[in-house]
Amino acid sequence: MDFSQHLLSILIWLPIIGGAALIAIGDGSDSSSSRAGLMRIVALTTSIVTFLFSIGLYVGFDNAFTDMQFIEKTPWVDSLNVFYSLGVDGISLPLILLTTFITPLVVISSWDTIKSRPAQYFAAFLILEGLMVGVFSALDALLFYVFWESMLIPMFLIIGIWGGARRVYATLKFFLYTFLGSVLMLVAFIYLYGQTGSFDLFDFMGVPLTLGAQKYIFIAFLLAFAVKVPMWPVHTWLPDAHVEAPTGGSVILAAIMLKMGGYGFVRLSLPIVPDGSEYFSGMMIALSLIAIVYIGFVALMQKDMKKLIAYSSIAHMGFVTLGLFILWSFDGGMGAGLGITGGLIQMISHGLISGAMFLCVGVLYDRMHSREISDYGGVANTMPMYAAFMVLFAMANAGLPGTSGFVGEFMVIIASFKANFWYAFLAAGTLILGAAYTLWMVKRVIYGEVANDNVAALKDLNSREFIVLAILAVSVLLVGLWPAPLVDMMSVTVEQLIEQVGHSKL
Amino acid sequence: MYNYYLTIVLAPLAAAIIAGLAGKKIGRAGAHWVTIAGVGTACLLSMLVLKNFFWGGAPAENISVYTWAVTDGLRMEVGFLVDRLTVLMMCVVTFVSLMVHIYTIGYMREDPGYQRFFSYISLFTFAMLMLVMSNNFLQLFFGWEAVGLVSYLLIGFWFKKETAIFANLKAFLVNRVGDFGFLLGIAGVVMFTGSLDYATVFGQAKSIAGQSIEVFQGTPWNAMTVICILLFIGAMGKSAQAPLHVWLPDSMEGPTPISALIHAATMVTAGIFMVARMSPLFELSTTALGFVIVIGSITAFFMGLLGIIQNDIKRVVAYSTLSQLGYMTVALGASAYSAAIFHLMTHAFFKALLFLAAGSVIIAMHHEQDIRKMGGIKKYMPITYWTSLVGSLALIGFPGSSGFFSKDLLIEAVRDSHWQGQGAVYWIAYLSVLLGVFITALYAFRMFFLVFHGEERMDAETKLHLHEPSAVVTAPLILLAIPSAIIGWFTVGPVLFGDYFGGAIFVSENKDIVSHMAHAWHGSFALLTHSVRTPVFWLAASGVIAAWFLYLKRPDIPEIIKIKLSGIYNVLDRKYYFDDLWIKGFAGGGRAIGQLLWQRGDQMTIDDTLVNGTARTVVRLAGFVRQIQTGYLYTYAFAMIIGLTALLGWLIWLR
Repeated sequence: MDFSQHLLSILIWLPIIGGAALIAIGDGSDSSSSRAGLMRIVALTTSIVTFLFSIGLYVGFDNAFTDMQFIEKTPWVDSLNVFYSLGVDGISLPLILLTTFITPLVVISSWDTIKSRPAQYFAAFLILEGLMVGVFSALDALLFYVFWESMLIPMFLIIGIWGGARRVYATLKFFLYTFLGSVLMLVAFIYLYGQTGSFDLFDFMGVPLTLGAQKYIFIAFLLAFAVKVPMWPVHTWLPDAHVEAPTGGSVILAAIMLKMGGYGFVRLSLPIVPDGSEYFSGMMIALSLIAIVYIGFVALMQKDMKKLIAYSSIAHMGFVTLGLFILWSFDGGMGAGLGITGGLIQMISHGLISGAMFLCVGVLYDRMHSREISDYGGVANTMPMYAAFMVLFAMANAGLPGTSGFVGEFMVIIASFKANFWYAFLAAGTLILGAAYTLWMVKRVIYGEVANDNVAALKDLNSREFIVLAILAVSVLLVGLWPAPLVDMMSVTVEQLIEQVGHSKL
Repeated sequence: MYNYYLTIVLAPLAAAIIAGLAGKKIGRAGAHWVTIAGVGTACLLSMLVLKNFFWGGAPAENISVYTWAVTDGLRMEVGFLVDRLTVLMMCVVTFVSLMVHIYTIGYMREDPGYQRFFSYISLFTFAMLMLVMSNNFLQLFFGWEAVGLVSYLLIGFWFKKETAIFANLKAFLVNRVGDFGFLLGIAGVVMFTGSLDYATVFGQAKSIAGQSIEVFQGTPWNAMTVICILLFIGAMGKSAQAPLHVWLPDSMEGPTPISALIHAATMVTAGIFMVARMSPLFELSTTALGFVIVIGSITAFFMGLLGIIQNDIKRVVAYSTLSQLGYMTVALGASAYSAAIFHLMTHAFFKALLFLAAGSVIIAMHHEQDIRKMGGIKKYMPITYWTSLVGSLALIGFPGSSGFFSKDLLIEAVRDSHWQGQGAVYWIAYLSVLLGVFITALYAFRMFFLVFHGEERMDAETKLHLHEPSAVVTAPLILLAIPSAIIGWFTVGPVLFGDYFGGAIFVSENKDIVSHMAHAWHGSFALLTHSVRTPVFWLAASGVIAAWFLYLKRPDIPEIIKIKLSGIYNVLDRKYYFDDLWIKGFAGGGRAIGQLLWQRGDQMTIDDTLVNGTARTVVRLAGFVRQIQTGYLYTYAFAMIIGLTALLGWLIWLR
């Protein structure tokens, strides 16, 4: 069997099958048995093998190729003309790699911190991984929708079962928000199906649509994607969900699931309804800037570390939507490509950094069972190695050049200056706000005298935690010091996207 | 030469990584040897490069190292531009850094974070070299922020000290305010030239100056003015110009060696260097130069005044640094870029010397920094005394010292600059730098006399242990005292008037005061004899005499002045209320806005009213809908059929 023809399917179904196997074997009566150990090995092996397959995807990917690659297309529901159709381009490939890269790290980080029903816990993550890869590679709208919605279930369970005290409120809020948003997306898909007679995304992109229809479709998509990003003002589910989610859940949520929104805008909104997107671009820019500035201020005042990082995520994701929707502010010349590339890189970078930040909080939470900033102080005294990582990731979060956090923000700010001075002015405010909320937290948690006996008793990172954070640290620095491979992966696709969006569908 | 440049940059980085990651393995001695070897290599090679330029007449080199990324036609690269301006900075940075490395062996001897400290200062050297050697704006910004990062880490080096971790956060954030402007300036450059590369951008400078940008609708501003002012805001942060100066005095919470290296000799001069590097841009906007000169004048004069009332030995030197940075900025604004860089160089030597000497006193005094508790230290610490004297004389511009040449000519350049006859700006600038001379002499020698002369005010216990620290501390003092004393004499001719900078600095002909002065230049000796007749000399002399009279002869008088002029004293004591403005105004205001948006915006409006409100409405509706749910299967089936028909009908109708 030739793997390379079915690489995407492997990446989707391998973790799902692994997850199903874990559930089938089950947890058994006690969680500390050798059986639980076996579960972890199975989970880790599955996620690592998946990652190795995804390297094959990276190696086989041709940066210069303009069309979709690794295409798979099989009829699924003949009567409705639905296909099981997959493929990747320069926009989805980095996100798939991010997914397969982060999942094993999450498995390692949850190694022995999950006491209750570990098999189901790991199964949820593996299944989630497969579904997320599915979202990023689906080329058929109905298939996309199926992956998109089923993705909610494992996350719902992760927060609902292994979450904190207010997990019921948080899961409900999470579920309702994201579900309500995506139902309208389905309606838009059905409408487009009515227009084209197929669910093929490329047919959707090719079909002419009136401005009125485009506006409605844009709004329908917007609700689905804005909730995921999340954009102001539909963002309030995120801090709650993060706070209640177990560490691994927060990592996946921040690192990958939020990217679904940005991905949706690039994959669906911009090419399918270019005129509708242009019509609403002013509003989108405004919402993005509000996210960056307003949420930056809100993050400043958070008392809970996870909430702070959650708000910081919203602010950082503002750069993604800003980068995408300044597209129409340039009459030719440089700018549009910078903005989109910047936005896409910001997604990858934020995946690495926010993942790392949530893992860092998780390390403390595992030891002290508190996320309150005020419960800490002087952690550097007892956990010097941890402190070094925390400061590094905090700096990356503050967008320091040399870390991945800088790359996307830099490109978006450069582009938005050309679009409008005030866009850049407000966006660059993140330089101050981002540093303020992140480093103020670092000051209160990491620096200072040992605050209390609990902090005095803290043990520094164990080798498992060290490995996970070190891998993330290296990748944050690598992307920051040499983003060229990532940028090159995207550039042809981005050019083509701009070209495509430039053609009115009216 | 490429390999030289690469080694110069990478040797300190490699040393920093080794000392940082393998600090435990290589031990204390290992850490200082590896970092000293790294920085020593960089220093040696920098001097070789300097020799090539100075005597070998080597041309400027512009080399790309690797491509960071290319997107949308914008090439973002990492590369080196090494010309005469760069190489001068490289030598100053690596030399002072080497001295500080050696000195640290003694100063940090008992500190548990020994290896970490060496790792940081080597990392700093790397970052600073990346900054000065860059050939493009991206790498410049990288170096710019990286030195800020290391400065943050070093100010907060003693992270248990609340004041230290307050100061480092403050330093980073205030610097970020500057970087905010700087980044926008860079974005402006890209907007008008489509490039980040210095050579390309400078080549298109004229075309930028011809365009305008509408920051506010309907009021076009000259693009070059906007860009230059934005870039200069970055310089104001890094080079601590009012009102972004507030972080520098607090940065003294860090260990003294880094005060010398980062907060006196090198990092804080990055802004000065940057403006000189950007001279092809700044020259094209007189408005921006006016902004520069006024900010510089304010800093030079008012920060000097604050130096007079400080009692912490390091803070006196810190305010002196602020004031001297103001001098350099004034020179930039007067288009006397080479004079600014020349003063930057001499200042690096004598200010590093003064800081390290202060550190020497601090060690001997068991970390007492209050000069009111010192006095008469001269006889206990002769090397520190004499080197401090050299440093102080250079600072006040005593004829013959290095500071004399740089400051005297700087003031002369301002006096004769193109601002002459331009009204207020000229007088603000000229009077500030002129009167600043008196103030400089006053605070410098106030400190000098209070520390080294007069009665011994320390307690008996301290006095018993008062002695010169070890050779690793005194040797750098001596090695820095030599250039502080004599380097001006030898270099002023060639560097300032000998067209040393050549193409590295661009000055429009009508503003080129320095080459104008070169015509009247008759050598160092002539300037020396001439100087006695200038007001500069007499102002400095009277400053020293005033200090002697007020603080040694009649120490009661300052007390009386303090009481009589308590209004002014309070303003000075509160540092013109700038700290209040930043901490209560901006930081407090920011927190209040955050609180408001969070509680009123997110929690009340969005969550309580909209989200949970919707939920409550749904619950109420559900209560009503529950009435319809009869529990009979046929009602449900009926509803389903209706629904399905409607859906199908819609689909068909759509087709």
